[in-house]
Amino acid sequence: MGAAVRLDNVTFGYRRHPAVHHISGTFEPGSLTAIAGPNGAGKSTLLKGIAGEMRPLSGEIALSGTTRRDIAYLPQIGEIERGFPISVLDMVAMGGWREAGLFGRIGPDVLKRAEAAIASVGLSGFESRPVGTLSGGQVQRALFARVLVQDARLILLDEPFAAIDSRTTADLFAVLARWQGEGRTVIAVLHDHDAVREHFPSTLLLARECIAWGPTGEALRPEHLLTARRMCEAFHDDAPVCHADEGHA
Amino acid sequence: MDWLLGPFADPAMARALAACVALAFGGAPIGVFLVLRRTSLIGDALSHAILPGVAIAFVFAGFSILWMTVGGLLAGMAVAILSAAASRVTALREDASLAAFFIISLALGTLLVATFGTDEELLHILFGQVLAMKNEALLTVAGVATLTMAALALLYRPLVLECFDPGFLRGAGATGALVHFAFLSLVVLNLVSGFQALGTLMAVGLMMLPAIAARFWADSAGGQIAVAVGLTIAAGFLGLIVSHHAGTPPETTIVLTAGAFYLGSLIAGPRGGIASRIVQLRHLEA
Repeated sequence: MGAAVRLDNVTFGYRRHPAVHHISGTFEPGSLTAIAGPNGAGKSTLLKGIAGEMRPLSGEIALSGTTRRDIAYLPQIGEIERGFPISVLDMVAMGGWREAGLFGRIGPDVLKRAEAAIASVGLSGFESRPVGTLSGGQVQRALFARVLVQDARLILLDEPFAAIDSRTTADLFAVLARWQGEGRTVIAVLHDHDAVREHFPSTLLLARECIAWGPTGEALRPEHLLTARRMCEAFHDDAPVCHADEGHA
Repeated sequence: MDWLLGPFADPAMARALAACVALAFGGAPIGVFLVLRRTSLIGDALSHAILPGVAIAFVFAGFSILWMTVGGLLAGMAVAILSAAASRVTALREDASLAAFFIISLALGTLLVATFGTDEELLHILFGQVLAMKNEALLTVAGVATLTMAALALLYRPLVLECFDPGFLRGAGATGALVHFAFLSLVVLNLVSGFQALGTLMAVGLMMLPAIAARFWADSAGGQIAVAVGLTIAAGFLGLIVSHHAGTPPETTIVLTAGAFYLGSLIAGPRGGIASRIVQLRHLEA
């Protein structure tokens, strides 16, 4: 049921400069993993790569138990155009594109699922409101509802709790737990280590390369966090050369 | 009543009105999407881009609707593709490449017509002859409107997604580039269609002004399209009447009527117009 993602010595970068390099490891089926690390560690880049938005400069990403089109990828909230006049229900129902196709009609069953998803993220009554009138937390709830409708086996979330109040965060963590209970594989980029410790069984600590990957308590040990911080402070844009031996952490 | 409907007893006036109605159903929804995508000026740019194609056809085939339509289509598509390609391949952004290509096109087109034709013919190409709509011109306008509505019905969701959440569209397996290109083709098609009635310079006015004004009257994309279609028909109708009675050129009068609608909406429109800002100073209290 669950989907696995295997990374084999993967490097991502922009303009040939590696941003994250030589990552190897596996996100197990049904696992709930946080990608943690300082700002600029390459967390979002790695997630984009897994989502297929970016091609690796080298190495390979292998998906099993899912296909590229069966991934629910939720980018950072700033990447959607919130001024566009679209209702919450329409936006959430777009999660049903796999049944409807891009051109087909959204059927009544998808609409019903969209309504149920809206209710389960606590947005009942907001169905016909334009997305532009929602608060940041409410938009994030609606985006989670769209992921619910997508019914994907691999779910990728980029900073889903940034700038969101504690009550919304708690509600959305409940959705996350539900996904894990259903055997879906969830990978989320998070910078808040306390939240990671509380909610994520496993963690990949990233600082342009893999510092630690395993059970959260182990991965987030103080010496690992210190290493991660040093690695990111040491990086600057003119450091283009990638020494192959340093990468295999 | 006779003041309003009497002029349409003249078949030329009736044909002109029919052309405006057809333009409303094709161009207005395209204009609304251009506004929603925050690319309102692309219509302007592409409307100039069709001129050299029209001009070359004019040089070789004379004042032939068919050839000028084909020429305009080819030139418009070429500029759309070139600027999209230039923005993907080089460091230039699409707006900059369009700005470069359209101004070259405008100069080249004007030069061709001015060299090989008369001043009057140049005026007809730039500003149109809405009162001399031939059968084939009317059929082109109606055909483009029909095609546009069918294409929009099919492309509506990908188009909305491409504006609202392009990342999600890519995840859904569609290439944004393909949707983008299909949409640009519709823009060019409708501008060429508008050219039949209003000339290359005025065609974009009837496409954009009602679409921009509609923003002040409706929240949803569908609502804005409905308002824009209505405003376009009204602008065509009123513009023709006024030009008939006042003896002004009908094409520019129609576009100015649409412009008046825009200014009126800017002031009185309930969705963010000036009046609504002034009146809504106090918040609701129980």
